[in-house]
Amino acid sequence: MSLTNIFDIAGSGMSAQSIRLNTTASNIANADSASSSTDEVYRARKPIFSTIQQDVMSQALGGQSSQMAGGLSASQGVQIDGIIESDAPLDMRFQPDHPMANESGYVMYPNVNVVEEMADMLSASRSFQTNVSVMDSAKTMMQRLLTLGQ
Amino acid sequence: MAISFENALGIHQKALEVRVQRAEVLANNLVNADTPGFKARDIDFKAVLGGVQSGQQAGGQLAMSTTNGKHLPHSGSDGTAGSSELLYRVPSQPSLDGNTVDTQQEVAEFTKNTMQYQSSFHFLNGAFKSLNNAIRGE
Repeated sequence: MSLTNIFDIAGSGMSAQSIRLNTTASNIANADSASSSTDEVYRARKPIFSTIQQDVMSQALGGQSSQMAGGLSASQGVQIDGIIESDAPLDMRFQPDHPMANESGYVMYPNVNVVEEMADMLSASRSFQTNVSVMDSAKTMMQRLLTLGQ
Repeated sequence: MAISFENALGIHQKALEVRVQRAEVLANNLVNADTPGFKARDIDFKAVLGGVQSGQQAGGQLAMSTTNGKHLPHSGSDGTAGSSELLYRVPSQPSLDGNTVDTQQEVAEFTKNTMQYQSSFHFLNGAFKSLNNAIRGE
């Protein structure tokens, strides 16, 4: 029953978007976390999205598809491959009075771009909404199917 | 006279199946709207349903011959299934990360597909109702 696949697909999208929202929240929260050394300073975190490739191999090898177009979907949903730290240049500010200042008087601030993070946040929440409505449609279709012949 | 479900339900049961498959493909596009390099896909409903129909009527379509064990089978060439090739959508505007999903377009297609699913369902349900009436003889 491929309608249930839609639940898996939309669910994978929702979980990926919520991880993305998590990194955004973490980035914004730490946007002003100062540090005295380049090693310890917080760096913006970004999730890496990738498509879950599932049936590609079975399709290429002519896998026994029992139902009509069994190997139809070349991919099934989205996953997060990993979370990387941005290597954008750090924000160095000259603040000799700051308790975290190093010997030359500089304080390291994270390379978080708050404007970019806000845009990312909006995009993530919109995509989440889209996935919710897809799942809702699939649910309606399935409920409808259960009333067949009544 | 025996009741043939195949004749009574007609094309609608196949149409419903293809609608579900298309919903799956479109859901997959929507879910990958933020995946870099993802190419939006879709199925040609008419071609798939046409493949099903011609497969029903002619008992199979022209298949490419695979003369070597290493030949990859052309999807749908086995005659039993409709040609359900996944096509790629032509992008309406370029994007930096190589993603070709236009969320608005996909949502519109998904909604349209859901409506068409409901109409196919309606026809199928009507067929079942007629069968019921025939059985009851009212």
